[in-house]
Amino acid sequence: MAQTGRRQKPKQHIIEEWTGKILTSVCIIFLVVTIFSMVYFVATKGLSSFIKDGISFGELFGGVKWKPDGEPPIFGALPFIIGSFSTSLLAALISAPLGICAALFMIEITPKFGRKYLQPVIELLAGIPSVVYGFIGLSVIVPFYRDVFPGQGLGIAAGATVLSIMILPTITSIATDAIAALPTGLKEGSYALGATRWQTLYRTVLPTTLPALMTGVVLGMARAFGEALAVQMVIGNAPHIPGSLFESTSTLTSVITLSMGNTVMGSVQNNVLWTLALILMMMTFIFVFVVRWLERRANR
Amino acid sequence: MKKSLMLVLTLVLTFMLAACGQNNTAKSNNNPAESGNANSGNTSSETPASELSGSILAVGSSALQPLVDQASKKFMDQNPKVSIQVQGGGSGTGLTQVSGGQADIGNSDVFAEEKLDADAAAELVDHQVAIVAMAAVINPDIAVDSLTKDQLVEIFTGKVTNWNEVGGPDQKIQIVNRPSSSGTRATFEKYALGTKTEDLEGSIQEDSSGTVKKLVKETPGAIGYLALSYLDDSIKVLKYDGVEANEENVTNGSYPVWAYQHMYTKGEPNEVVKAFLDYMASEDVQNNDVIELGYIPASKMQVKRDVDGNITK
Amino acid sequence: MSAKTADKIATAVIVTLAGVIVLILAGLLGFIFVRGIGHISFDFLTSPPETIKEGGGIGPQLFNSLFLLVLTLLITIPLGLGAGIYMSEYAKPGKVTDFIRLIVEVLSSFPSIVVGLFGLLVIVHFFGFGFSLFSGALALTVFNLPLIVRITEQGMKSVPVAQKEASLALGLSKWKTIRSIMLPIALPIILTGTILAAGRVFGEAAALLFTAGMSSPRLDFTDWNPFSPMSPLNPFRPAETLAVHIWKINSEGLAPDAPEIAAGASAVLILTVLAFNLLARWLGRVMHKKFTATK
Repeated sequence: MAQTGRRQKPKQHIIEEWTGKILTSVCIIFLVVTIFSMVYFVATKGLSSFIKDGISFGELFGGVKWKPDGEPPIFGALPFIIGSFSTSLLAALISAPLGICAALFMIEITPKFGRKYLQPVIELLAGIPSVVYGFIGLSVIVPFYRDVFPGQGLGIAAGATVLSIMILPTITSIATDAIAALPTGLKEGSYALGATRWQTLYRTVLPTTLPALMTGVVLGMARAFGEALAVQMVIGNAPHIPGSLFESTSTLTSVITLSMGNTVMGSVQNNVLWTLALILMMMTFIFVFVVRWLERRANR
Repeated sequence: MKKSLMLVLTLVLTFMLAACGQNNTAKSNNNPAESGNANSGNTSSETPASELSGSILAVGSSALQPLVDQASKKFMDQNPKVSIQVQGGGSGTGLTQVSGGQADIGNSDVFAEEKLDADAAAELVDHQVAIVAMAAVINPDIAVDSLTKDQLVEIFTGKVTNWNEVGGPDQKIQIVNRPSSSGTRATFEKYALGTKTEDLEGSIQEDSSGTVKKLVKETPGAIGYLALSYLDDSIKVLKYDGVEANEENVTNGSYPVWAYQHMYTKGEPNEVVKAFLDYMASEDVQNNDVIELGYIPASKMQVKRDVDGNITK
Repeated sequence: MSAKTADKIATAVIVTLAGVIVLILAGLLGFIFVRGIGHISFDFLTSPPETIKEGGGIGPQLFNSLFLLVLTLLITIPLGLGAGIYMSEYAKPGKVTDFIRLIVEVLSSFPSIVVGLFGLLVIVHFFGFGFSLFSGALALTVFNLPLIVRITEQGMKSVPVAQKEASLALGLSKWKTIRSIMLPIALPIILTGTILAAGRVFGEAAALLFTAGMSSPRLDFTDWNPFSPMSPLNPFRPAETLAVHIWKINSEGLAPDAPEIAAGASAVLILTVLAFNLLARWLGRVMHKKFTATK
């Protein structure tokens, strides 16, 4: 970093200014191009099952029968959509109280221990690869559910359990940031009025940080919704709407990982799988919009 | 606003150009086999004409991958100038890529006619390198040794749901199936059941043999099917119509549940690919690696089968 | 129930749940390490895998994972820094900036399988890069880029305004100020964040299944010419990473010791991620100390 003198000629100044602007804009444009090409390619592929293969919207989104090699083939993706939603919702329901409690514990109860030990360990959870989660799910959680509950152990419950651990770091870290960012005056005021810690948390901290906490939960759900390998290993993959939480079913991601490699690109079934990928992509947009809406409420 | 528009255009252009440029180098690095020995002009001029050089990309069936992988390593030891890459990804991916020209060889455990449309399949040349036989397997706690074809059909279509209906203990049957797009399932349905089955409610579907084996081993009352190479003592292997699933019964035609392992090329293969495919069919591979890895050598088969399932001696 | 009892019960519940988390975590790590650590040896870390025999290692996979990470960072760091600097310094608040921020958010939460499929369609097929390290690195860029952009933005925002203004007042151009004044101050945050993000890249499998491939060609570790097809450094060869290898031997492994290899490889993977985390923390502390001391 050579200091080329402090009094620069105006021309050089302008050149430097423009280099900076252009260089950084190029990077931004790369980002924009990437996302547009992703949306474009996945959308053209995904929509071709409606346009080229003549599958109706209603059949795909409303049909409960999935028989890709039947005569005629039937592509009803509703079981997968239901599977994805119920698994990720349940995962968020399990994970949210755990994550929020962990955050409260770290900030309000033992700041020293929590910040120093608990937080790095929870961050480590985020670094464990999904393959390993799936493997543990299949070796520990599935046999456990098989022994304790009726059914085969595979299913929404097993999937949601694995996912809830996977999304715990997301929910915890956002909740921690939100609670730590509260002005101390707010809490101290409450304590000064004679409130106990729980009253302070319940009446002051939680209501004020609620939108931010929800943001974390929604982001966690988004991650659970898109997770593929770990879920595929424990969900059972039957293309049906299950009768119980312990019955084999499928999610959007699991059916894509199972069948994408076995089908030939351009075939009807392959195109339908791309349509499912398109649904996943659209859901990401919806999740992000929900998060933005929540964030706007938090800032108000 | 205009300036930024220009910027976008320039960037897209440079990105495309760079990608195309790299595309070419990648092609010449990876797929010189397509253009025969044209690559690495300096090496081919120095070496005698008999020595092979080039690279091969073989993509497809994960069931065939271990064999091709192992044979390719030996082939590369004998021909140090040849580089062979073997990829999994499934039969569908293999057929897509060989048909589209991205791969030199497409590995598949089903006939190309069953996956591709007729025009695309007609362009491909079939090389059958081995046979994979499959057997129905059950949880070791079930005291059943043999099932007939009709019993299997009834189980996999959901008509029989308890083991006591086929001579076993009072235990609910749990099906561990493959996804409907799987080549293994297609083989099993075609030659063991003789009919297509629907995905039953509550059935488990896994694409990978390892997971199927694990689930059959652990789940009470489970039934599934596996290639012979995956069988071991942790699961129980069923006889089919009283015939044991072993190499002898497959080669003499008495055990019907088997499929060819195909290596497809688009048109006739070039010199390097042909040398490798010849090597795959040679005694060296057929009598060693094929058997070692649990496949059955294509050369030993006393019966032949065409795409429609007709068997000839 | 008095407020005091409620408080006690609530505290107990929170502490219990936190305890449950610690237990889950200890169980998880314990499960992986107890099964895996015994299998790790120098030989295991360096030898190539075996198809059907016992005693295969994870040497090429470990190398591939690290090399892929380096390639990814080579692509993402310059782009991410540039985009992050633009967002924090040049972007004017308005519709366009909002839109870009939205894109960064969407990009960072895309399901990895969608990114993998996009990679298969566009990078592998359309541009013809084939299953290769380079395709894998581009796919990983899609995840990693938004993280780096966000981290850079945070880092730049943490620079004291007075320092920035002093530099501008001395007549330095904005770009020069960013490069020579702000970037060094923001560096500790950026570096720490990048290493933490690297841990995630290291464990990614779903996207790589479709882009970097599931096989590792024979590698010649004496050949360091990046253009030779057998060289470990050739970015256009297919490469199976550690995470993908775990997936593969779990699902199709024929070797008799496949479960042990999977357990050992998982332990190696987590130890590496742990090392990244510790490195990030240590580096952050050291750099923070250094910069505050010289000030």
